[in-house]
Amino acid sequence: MMNSSGVAVEARGLTVQRGSRTVLRGLDFTVEPGRITGLLGPSGCGKSTLMRAVVGTQAKVTGTLQVLGSPAGHPSLRPRVGYVTQAPSVYTDLTVRQNLDYFAAVLRPGRAHRDTRRDAVTRALTEVDLTSHEDALAGNLSGGQRTRVSLAVALLGTPDLLVLDEPTVGLDPVLRRDLWQLFHTLAAERSTTLLISSHVMDEAERCHRLLLMREGEILADDTPDALRTAAGTDTVEEAFLHLVDAAATRKENAR
Amino acid sequence: MSGTTATAPLNPARTLATAARVLRQLAHDPRTVGLLLLVPVLLITLLRYVFDGSPRTFDSIGASLLGIFPLITMFLVTSIATLRERTSGTLERLLAMPLGKGDLIAGYALAFGAVAVLQSLLATGLSVWALGLDVMGSPWLLLLVAVLDALLGTALGLFVSAFAASEFQAVQFMPAVIFPQLLLCGLFIPRDQMAPLLEAISDVLPMSYAVDGMNEVLQHTDITGDFVRDILIVAGCALLVLALGAATLRRRTA
Ligand SMILES: Nc1ncnc2c1ncn2[C@@H]1O[C@H](COP(=O)(O)OP(=O)(O)OP(=O)(O)O)[C@@H](O)[C@H]1O
Ligand SMILES: [Mg+2]
Repeated sequence: MMNSSGVAVEARGLTVQRGSRTVLRGLDFTVEPGRITGLLGPSGCGKSTLMRAVVGTQAKVTGTLQVLGSPAGHPSLRPRVGYVTQAPSVYTDLTVRQNLDYFAAVLRPGRAHRDTRRDAVTRALTEVDLTSHEDALAGNLSGGQRTRVSLAVALLGTPDLLVLDEPTVGLDPVLRRDLWQLFHTLAAERSTTLLISSHVMDEAERCHRLLLMREGEILADDTPDALRTAAGTDTVEEAFLHLVDAAATRKENAR
Repeated sequence: MSGTTATAPLNPARTLATAARVLRQLAHDPRTVGLLLLVPVLLITLLRYVFDGSPRTFDSIGASLLGIFPLITMFLVTSIATLRERTSGTLERLLAMPLGKGDLIAGYALAFGAVAVLQSLLATGLSVWALGLDVMGSPWLLLLVAVLDALLGTALGLFVSAFAASEFQAVQFMPAVIFPQLLLCGLFIPRDQMAPLLEAISDVLPMSYAVDGMNEVLQHTDITGDFVRDILIVAGCALLVLALGAATLRRRTA
């Protein structure tokens, strides 16, 4: 399932150009299989761009980027990678179930799989707690509910790698806790690799590993514990601020 | 890292699922369906009474319009629908999934082709059996041309939506792409009476053949060689533009 080096994602010198800006600058990082990796950093630092590069929808990517043993965006990866975009991407003029039915049919087409598809849709609806709204138009849902429909689509095909771009934004604490429990279950029971972006630092504590980003660069790649210890702080948030200040000072001194 | 290689050009099950999804979206929008089906019927009725005194004129303009309606409506509907697919992020999501570009394009063509069959059945049926449109050939041939025209409209709509960044732009492509064809297709004056340059231009515009084909059915009892040539050209153009449309779909975007 994984490549020989035993990592789910491996980037070497990953650089992305968007418009006239270099949004990612020569990143080196790895994502461990079967674990939850948090991607954290301030707005505009390049989290979504990095995720788009991993799922293969980002143009102008240079350097090497291996995903599950193949180059990112390789056709063989499409059934194995689930992706939730930052803005919910569902058909607002279809009901919740009709949305899921269609995406399920894209993943597992054909009459032979009808029962499997129905089960997958029902399971995904339960996982995001939307069973009671399955016949509502996606356009008539609240923002958080629509986010969950979008998330349910990614859960349909039992992917090996789930790339989730701020999946818990705008959700209440109870639902957020439930979803993080689901993420941990996926990692533990299905060995799913999860790459989850957020700019809410308290979610960082729930990840196995963290990639801290700032202005298109990776400041740190470690476990939450190690980050706190290294910076001598109590929370990941403080550790992150510490790293940002240190990076700024280094830049000053280099000048 | 181009990522454009598709495993097979078409997967029938995914194509059908896509067509069914597009039709389900339409089903949630009864007003659009109503407009799609009724506007041509009302316009052709209006035309009948505008030319109350000259039934010959109604025959020729009416037959041409039966070919032009599906082209224009499907052009508009498709260009907006695919633009929405692009801006809502569903296109990005679909192309990150194992869906071929061909499946998506063919799914749209199938869904809107089906709507066009219904639309043309109503408009052609009403014209021939209630409004006294006088065709020498079989009305089914009128229907065939109308459906091919609809396919051409869908193809053009898919293609131009790649160049439209907003609904405003998409709607403006209608006059830009359709009106020149409308002026030059022989609806207003026969193409062989136009200035040579204009006639040459009209020779390379697909709508000209759509209208020619309609007029062949109007004037001949049996299927003529010209008719076969006309519908082959329209169908060929539709397929060509659909292929171009597929080529404009990019899995990787800036
Ligand atoms: N289509 C685009 N063309 C040009 N530049 C872009 C485009 N999209 C994003 N950018 C730029 O790329 C940089 C990174 O954007 P990205 O969306 O990856 O940030 P992010 O970390 O996901 O931010 P947020 O937390 O706000 O979602 C930003 O500076 C942004 O202005
Ligand atoms: Mg983002």
